[in-house]
Amino acid sequence: VKEFLTQYAFLIVPIIKVALLVFIVLTVDAYLTWLERKVIAHIQARWGPHRVGPHGLMQPLADGLKFIFKEDPMPAGVDKFGFFLAPFLTLMLALTSLAVIPFGPDIHLFGYTTNFGIADVNISLLVLFAITALGVYGVALAGWASNSKYSLLGGLRSSAQMISYELALTLSVVGVLLIAGDFSLKHIVEYQASPNRGLLTWNLFGFGVGDHLGFTQTIGFVCFFIAAIAETNRVPFDLPEAESELVAGFHTEYASMKFAMFFIGEYTSMISVSCLATILFFGGWLSPFPESWTFTHYIPSLILIPFGAWVIFDGIRYETIWGRIVLPGVGTALAVIGVALAVFPPVNDFVQGPFWFLSKVFIFLFVYIWMRGTLPRFRYDQLMAFGWKFLLPVSIFNVVLTSAVIFWRMR
Amino acid sequence: MTAALAIFLVLAAIAVFGAINLIMQRHPIHSALSLVVVMVALAGLYLLLGAEFVAAVQIIVYGGAIMVLFIFVIMLLNAGEEERTNFSTLATFAGIPLALAVAGLIGAAIVRPSAHLATAASDTLPSSTKTLSMLLFSEFVYPFELTSFLILIAILGAIVLAQREH
Repeated sequence: VKEFLTQYAFLIVPIIKVALLVFIVLTVDAYLTWLERKVIAHIQARWGPHRVGPHGLMQPLADGLKFIFKEDPMPAGVDKFGFFLAPFLTLMLALTSLAVIPFGPDIHLFGYTTNFGIADVNISLLVLFAITALGVYGVALAGWASNSKYSLLGGLRSSAQMISYELALTLSVVGVLLIAGDFSLKHIVEYQASPNRGLLTWNLFGFGVGDHLGFTQTIGFVCFFIAAIAETNRVPFDLPEAESELVAGFHTEYASMKFAMFFIGEYTSMISVSCLATILFFGGWLSPFPESWTFTHYIPSLILIPFGAWVIFDGIRYETIWGRIVLPGVGTALAVIGVALAVFPPVNDFVQGPFWFLSKVFIFLFVYIWMRGTLPRFRYDQLMAFGWKFLLPVSIFNVVLTSAVIFWRMR
Repeated sequence: MTAALAIFLVLAAIAVFGAINLIMQRHPIHSALSLVVVMVALAGLYLLLGAEFVAAVQIIVYGGAIMVLFIFVIMLLNAGEEERTNFSTLATFAGIPLALAVAGLIGAAIVRPSAHLATAASDTLPSSTKTLSMLLFSEFVYPFELTSFLILIAILGAIVLAQREH
């Protein structure tokens, strides 16, 4: 058995990783919808989902069941092939884009070394942009194939918007590429590492060490994040699905599981864009503290134990019996995990990378939701003018500035 | 049969199928989508040759930017299905013989064991992104810059044509 495993490890390990990642990402997508509804509800002084399960935590499950059992109507006069292809394409491309993202440093397990992520490609950033470039088809095709004026307008808007902002998105990253000199996301993260400066060497701040030329990429990051929001069709750039004027934009005619696929696709691309921002500008899995501060390794425990205690405390006073049983259980589990991390240093060291990575990604996802709760939508001409007349020139300026600084320092 | 050959055959089959489908489809959008399939299959072939940068650029530029623009224009003009004419006289008397001649030429070149066709050795080609960009900005810098000027002129031309209506 051992021989078989070592011989086919190159095949078995990726399959396990793919299965695990798809499962985790789909679960995170589901709970992202819950988080979004909760956060927006609290921004608007409401409670949000609160009926299904304690604190509405079973709401994503109920939504999922509803999506599966809903009727899946096919409107008259649709282009059947395109109508079916569009949601599959959207979801497939969104999930594929996560394949090249490194979630942490390499894993060494049972004498076998593998990268923390599915594929470690030396052009991973280009692969991501290639997938983003193809992502337009899902939306455009859905809009066209639905045979409805709202869908068509939504699809057209979306294609125009995605083409326009893709330029700024790609150009805003060039500064990082110039500094790191590599397309590999893993190398870009490793380039931002420094043993004793912590977060200062991240590309966002860019105080490079030694021969690591750094230059602040704050302009690049701002351009990147704005363009990324537009690419993922989120507020304030959600014109393709502006409900007040286009019903629901490109997915007006979709229902049931096909609609759910667009939905999951949108949330997955939110996650992958947040991962990309983390990797390119915020040091990926690197801790914001210098390496010598070993006490910072207990931060995961320091967060998990009080959070678990709070969940227990909140749970014992919960309205329903179900909640009074489940919530303290969950809280105890979280606290136990926190204690276990503090007790077993090897496990704790292993968790550091993914912990920082996921924390940063979570912050970006929260900002996404936060903006949806606060910002109004752009008008279409404003959107185009902003993309072409402001974002694109600024990102080109960033490229020129960064190259000039690097050239000057290399002399 | 090696894995590389198997992958090549699959990708080649997809590319040829996409190209034939491009002509056979009646609706412009279906044709454009077939062209996207051809582009992506070609990118896979480049990847097989070890030219990962060219493969990624093929998808980004051709598969992404250019074809999206095609589809955008087709959608904007709301072009309907094209009508099928039976073979025009030009096609029967010039098109078919010419197509057969070209196919025969290519077939002869492949079948005949010829010294003119060298096998592409993937390890001698400038595959890595760094070597490729070095070549692009040193040896081929003039053609490269001239091409960018050509594209710039095309963009300006489009703007001039669009402005004329105002």
